[in-house]
Amino acid sequence: MKVGIAREIRPGERRVAATPETTRRLVKLGFDVRIETEAGGGASFRDAEYQAAGATIVDKAELWSGSEIVLKVQPPELDPASQKHEADLLSEGAVIISFLWPAKNPELVERLRARKVTAFAMDQVPRITRAQKMDALSSMSNIAGYRAVIEAASFYGRFFTGQITAAGKVPPAKVLVIGAGVAGLSAIGAARSLGAIVRAFDTRAEVREQVHSMGAEFLTVSIEEEGSGAGGYGKEMSAAFIEAEMALFAQQCREVDIVITTALIPGKVAPQLITEEMVRGMRPGSVIVDLAAEAGGNCAVTKPDEVVVHHGVTVIGFVDLPSRLAPTASQLYGTNLLHLLAEMGGGTGFRIDQENPIVRGAIVVHDGTLLWPPPRIIPPTKPAAAAPKPAAAAPKAAGHGAPASSSGKTQAIAMSVAFLLLAVIGAVAPRELVSHLTVFVLACFVGWQVVWNVTPALHTPLMSVTNAISGIILVGGMLQISGPISSPVTILSAVAVLLATINIAGGFLVTQRMLRMFQK
Amino acid sequence: MSFALIPVGLSTALYLIAGILFILSLGGLSAQSSARRGNTFGMAGMLIALVITAAASVHSYGVLIVALAIGGSIGTVLAKRVQMTAMPELVAMLHSFVGAAAVLVGIASYLGAKVFLSSAEATIHEIEIFLGVFIGAITFTGSIIAFGKLRGAIRSKPLLLPGRHWLNLAALAGSLVLGLIFISAEGHAGLWALLVMTVAACLLGVHLVMAIGGADMPVVVSMLNSYSGWAAAAAGFMLDNDLLIITGALVGSSGAILSYIMCRAMNRSFVSVILGGFGADEGAAPAKSASGEPQGEVTPITAADTATLLEEAKSVVIVPGYGMAVAQAQYALYEIAQHLKKRETVVRFAIHPVAGRLPGHMNVLLAEAKVPYDIVLEMEEVNEDFPSTDVVLVIGANDIVNPGALDDPSSPIYGMPVLEVWKAEKTIVMKRSMASGYAGVENPLFFKENTRMLFGDAKENVDAILTELRSNAAMAAV
Repeated sequence: MKVGIAREIRPGERRVAATPETTRRLVKLGFDVRIETEAGGGASFRDAEYQAAGATIVDKAELWSGSEIVLKVQPPELDPASQKHEADLLSEGAVIISFLWPAKNPELVERLRARKVTAFAMDQVPRITRAQKMDALSSMSNIAGYRAVIEAASFYGRFFTGQITAAGKVPPAKVLVIGAGVAGLSAIGAARSLGAIVRAFDTRAEVREQVHSMGAEFLTVSIEEEGSGAGGYGKEMSAAFIEAEMALFAQQCREVDIVITTALIPGKVAPQLITEEMVRGMRPGSVIVDLAAEAGGNCAVTKPDEVVVHHGVTVIGFVDLPSRLAPTASQLYGTNLLHLLAEMGGGTGFRIDQENPIVRGAIVVHDGTLLWPPPRIIPPTKPAAAAPKPAAAAPKAAGHGAPASSSGKTQAIAMSVAFLLLAVIGAVAPRELVSHLTVFVLACFVGWQVVWNVTPALHTPLMSVTNAISGIILVGGMLQISGPISSPVTILSAVAVLLATINIAGGFLVTQRMLRMFQK
Repeated sequence: MSFALIPVGLSTALYLIAGILFILSLGGLSAQSSARRGNTFGMAGMLIALVITAAASVHSYGVLIVALAIGGSIGTVLAKRVQMTAMPELVAMLHSFVGAAAVLVGIASYLGAKVFLSSAEATIHEIEIFLGVFIGAITFTGSIIAFGKLRGAIRSKPLLLPGRHWLNLAALAGSLVLGLIFISAEGHAGLWALLVMTVAACLLGVHLVMAIGGADMPVVVSMLNSYSGWAAAAAGFMLDNDLLIITGALVGSSGAILSYIMCRAMNRSFVSVILGGFGADEGAAPAKSASGEPQGEVTPITAADTATLLEEAKSVVIVPGYGMAVAQAQYALYEIAQHLKKRETVVRFAIHPVAGRLPGHMNVLLAEAKVPYDIVLEMEEVNEDFPSTDVVLVIGANDIVNPGALDDPSSPIYGMPVLEVWKAEKTIVMKRSMASGYAGVENPLFFKENTRMLFGDAKENVDAILTELRSNAAMAAV
């Protein structure tokens, strides 16, 4: 099976549909990988690296006509150099896999159908759990979110992280991320790791936890409304909600230094969330990055693919953020493609199985028939790919242990000695002493066992209660107190009783006082 | 005791019940939820013991009631008035009472001795008396010195007489000789030997505790706790009273375990603590010479910046030490904690086993400030969390957060388990000055790159941080 990696012709597009790394894995899957000359140039991959990975370098004509499967990033388009449309270069019956955006590009879809090729749209891979590894949109969103923060940082004239230096204090930047989808979460993570204070807003309450897990504060409006739509995207909200939301944004804009908007509703123009007035309200030097620029922008002053400065606020409308991180974007996109091809049987067992929901979802045209849009499949309830969460806290150490027992040998010796000693005492001492000794030793063991269970937090109450209990010496005084009042024995005993009573009363009462203070 | 109100069998059974109640009392302390019930058990046990003894063995109640009334009221007043920070002093003082009572009971028992059937029994009885008085006397004076040191009336620095080990040994040997004389004497002729030994044991108690430094006080107090138990047990032997034996053994082993835990927490052997002189003869000299070299620069921080750091943190651990107790900063500290909690910051307290001057002292102080006990963690629980902690606030603690204990074999506290606060993102150490802790050891923590020093009075600084946090919150709310 011949797989061709085409060079992108869209100006400014630096990504490529395969890296040397994914090429190596495609070859392993049994594909005969062919790559157009200089296809990886924009992403800093050399032809020689592809060759080393097992690919053959071919020219443009050969690639398009001689490949059974063509992999691309951007949809096929008219090549201004040769005035030929890429779709027409495909041989009949060939397969093309790329982003297609069939809803936006009906002519292209028609052209592909007429050409009798099979076309898969990477943007149409269903967002189900099993397809996460082929979810190119999530891959690209992740990169876009990260890059948005980097772009913001490069236009922002201050540190992101707060620092307390010898030269004085630098406050941390405050970042507002609107929309906590894959791109939003990725932006939160990147901004957090640069040290900024991050707040995030999303109409979907279910992402609150994810926002927290990335280390950001989750902003809410006082109106309760659930904004989850199909496929893990947001849906449009009611007027009252939008009003409250706008008030929140207006207030936040005055406070924050960076705003990153990622609000997209599938198939619609992006909602306008940051008005011109809000931009005016921001501090000069602030930065807005509008990830929805291509879909009309979340900010009123956004110009797609441009950086504009409006009232001192830089508004970034780049639409090619993933392409600005071309090697990583290519690697992730290439891996998504690789997984899709593996799903379809690899190089040896390749077949188009329309029963497979992933294949069915991504396929647009096949054998001259339009297969898009696919019949609805069970909508997922959660965004397909949540950004990585910090590792859960390690399990707590089990409480304090029992005494670390010394080696069994010394223990055995000590015990034998003790037993021997007891035996000797038992043999020579009077019966009464032996019985007292029995009580004593047993009590020591009981005490030993019981006290080890006392939690360290209660060691002070333990001391005061044992203080009180050791006032039992009182009994010793009482046993001897009954003689004549002037006899030394009585006097000594009385003083002993007095002292012991201080202990008993003081110890128990202070313990009680302390224990009352312990509250959960 | 022919005129006893109740038969011997019944009183023995009730004594047993009292003993069991005492065991349950200690057992109740295994968890906060059952602790109060445990204390009630203890009181019930004591009441039973008192009533039974009074009913079975006392036939002259006047003196007893007067003594009970006076002692009871003094004890009640003490318990009501004592400051929680002064708990170690109270505990030490109560130990001394037990010691003194044991001495008195022992001497009285000798003076009022019954006529024994065999000389062997008489000898055993005298050995018991001698031992009881000996332990009681050491407990008595040792506790008084400990009390003085804790209160600050006596310098907490170890007093090191030349040849002090020999002095101790001489006192022991002398007591042994006196003991032999005492046992072989006829009638009450041995009294002088007993009294001389009492004086010697008192001196020994003073000397032993004088030689121990302030930081070792948790060990000393729990050791004296143990001694007071053994003294009571010895009294039980001499008076043929099983309840005294049981209770004494319980208290004795409890104190022994506490001493063991404290020693382990400081990585010291029990013997080396008892023989004293820590941080003086072996510690101070090398430590001082090492600290003579500049270890780097410390980075000071202001209360306002501390407040900012705390506000930005997601996870905060507060490490209190004795300094917090001295400054009474626990209330304000908890207000800070509550404030941060409202911002969804995770705030926890970390307690080192030997923080403070009494086992569990910090827990009591925090409980007094109404800190919920489930956010107060032990060293083992919290140490692995430090790498994921944003800010650690160390207040009035020094040796228990000294990284030298782990990585500097020349440090006198090398090997002692410590709270590994330096693994956190930022550590703020609140400290009066750059003076070293009780152990007299320089603390490399202060010079670490991620450590900030907040100098000044702990209470004032904590208040300042709190004020700052409040005003920041007020500003944010506007």
